[in-house]
Amino acid sequence: MIENSFIEEILNITLLSLRVSGVAVLIGSLIGIPIGTFLGFRQFRGKRTLMRFVDIMLKSVINTFMGLPPVVVGLIVYLLLTASGPLGLLGLLYTPSAMIITQLIMVVPIIIGVTMSAVGSIEKAIRERALSLGASETQAAWLVLREARMSVLTSIIVAFGAAISEVGGIMITGGNIRWVTRTLTTAIVVETELGNFNMALTLGAILLSMAFVINLALTILQLKGAKR
Amino acid sequence: MLISCEQRYVYLNITVYSLLMRKPSKILIGIIGLMIVIVGVLAYEQYLRGFQKSIIVLATTTSTYDSGLLDYLMPIFERKYNAEVHIISVGTGQAIETAKRGDADLVLVHSRQLELEFVNSTYGIHRVGVMYNDFVIIGPTSDSAGINGLANATEAFRRIADAGAKGNAIFISRADKSGTNMLELSIWKRLGMTPSNKTQTWYLEAGAGMGTVLRMANEKGAYTLTDRATWLSFKNQLTNLKVLVEGDVILLNPYAIILVNPEKWPQRNYKGALKLAKWMISEEGQNLIANFKKEDETLFKPLARDFNKAHELGFPEQEKEIAWYDGQNP
Repeated sequence: MIENSFIEEILNITLLSLRVSGVAVLIGSLIGIPIGTFLGFRQFRGKRTLMRFVDIMLKSVINTFMGLPPVVVGLIVYLLLTASGPLGLLGLLYTPSAMIITQLIMVVPIIIGVTMSAVGSIEKAIRERALSLGASETQAAWLVLREARMSVLTSIIVAFGAAISEVGGIMITGGNIRWVTRTLTTAIVVETELGNFNMALTLGAILLSMAFVINLALTILQLKGAKR
Repeated sequence: MLISCEQRYVYLNITVYSLLMRKPSKILIGIIGLMIVIVGVLAYEQYLRGFQKSIIVLATTTSTYDSGLLDYLMPIFERKYNAEVHIISVGTGQAIETAKRGDADLVLVHSRQLELEFVNSTYGIHRVGVMYNDFVIIGPTSDSAGINGLANATEAFRRIADAGAKGNAIFISRADKSGTNMLELSIWKRLGMTPSNKTQTWYLEAGAGMGTVLRMANEKGAYTLTDRATWLSFKNQLTNLKVLVEGDVILLNPYAIILVNPEKWPQRNYKGALKLAKWMISEEGQNLIANFKKEDETLFKPLARDFNKAHELGFPEQEKEIAWYDGQNP
């Protein structure tokens, strides 16, 4: 007998996961793609040594942050959002917003990093050509971004994959409250602790199939992109 | 190779032209605008959610949650008072720390020492006994330390340590500053011991909730201290373990509710917390607690209005607190 409430809860958990990671990646793209593009462009223009140094440092930092441990992000966001922390008055701790912020911090470096290297690798050829054909700088930038769109898309999907499978950070900042901040990953932790392996496996299967659908979409898009 | 390179450049030129003809900035603005609208709508929805219902954040121990008690009680309360109870289920130490930081409205915990520290710090007010059950020492059915049937928990711990030193027993500690962990440490202290994973190989510090530790003990054939409620709810899965020691007075396990001081954290939902606490210690709440059973065994016994028992279990001011709660009208 599968109860209604069981299905309702799984649905709630899945939708929350999608919503939290989706919004985090959405905002992350809005922040990350412009920054990544900008940094990608800088690559070939560092004429002065100081500029080049800043450039290298900045990029190293971003590459480090691409592998930011989620638990550390969770801890820092927790300390920021706790009522006795600097942003405590917002009352965001243990809400989905806190989880979105946590994942956003994880996701932005990934999007910046991948966009940056994608743009950097094709920037020179396209930009010069566009400028020589009379394009403005903005137009040239848009063109480069358009050419790099497959990589940018990849960065978004990689970021989403990282966000949706993340558990340590949102556990700390979301509090894993049933019906409110319980996502697929944190629910798997709880159900395993409670010994409800059926539920845990069901949730695991949902998580896996979501990852599969996302990767399928990515592969199809990449194949399409390669054909042209 | 050369041809494909040529083609690539031709293609590039075409793209460049076609893009310059169009006005790409409009597309960009469109996409960004759409994204902002989506984010805005979601944020607004989130903002509205906060006002619909009174949200009460209850920080509590894993034992009350893992045993299923709160999943049984809270929906009844939520329906009756049109409130939403958000349960943060962690160890007692962390629950109190959460409340102290102003991230919860009330706590339901079980460690006298930590509770009193919380109240003395003036962050917690109106500590009141709600219910109790007891701890049991469980271990492998083979009982290599030979503690089965002992009435004295301290003696049982001594034998486990002795057997452990000889390599015949393993003890798993919660090691998470939970109420269970605090009691366990106080028993070791009576023996003049502070066991640690670093020096004693038979003592494993898990740093995990009760359910996880029980499962670990089951896998490793180890001894551990557990509250009876969690033990009963997990018993079916733990075929290698059984209750070996029970009934010692020091193993009694009272749970207390403490409100977060509204003077320290005025932005917290003090009224909601008061409502929930009042309901838990009301006749209705106490009866519901008494009727919560797993496989015909009562998991928690009501304590709030059993004053003699409350005094015995470390609530000297139980009458006064109950009278205070009864007099409140949130």
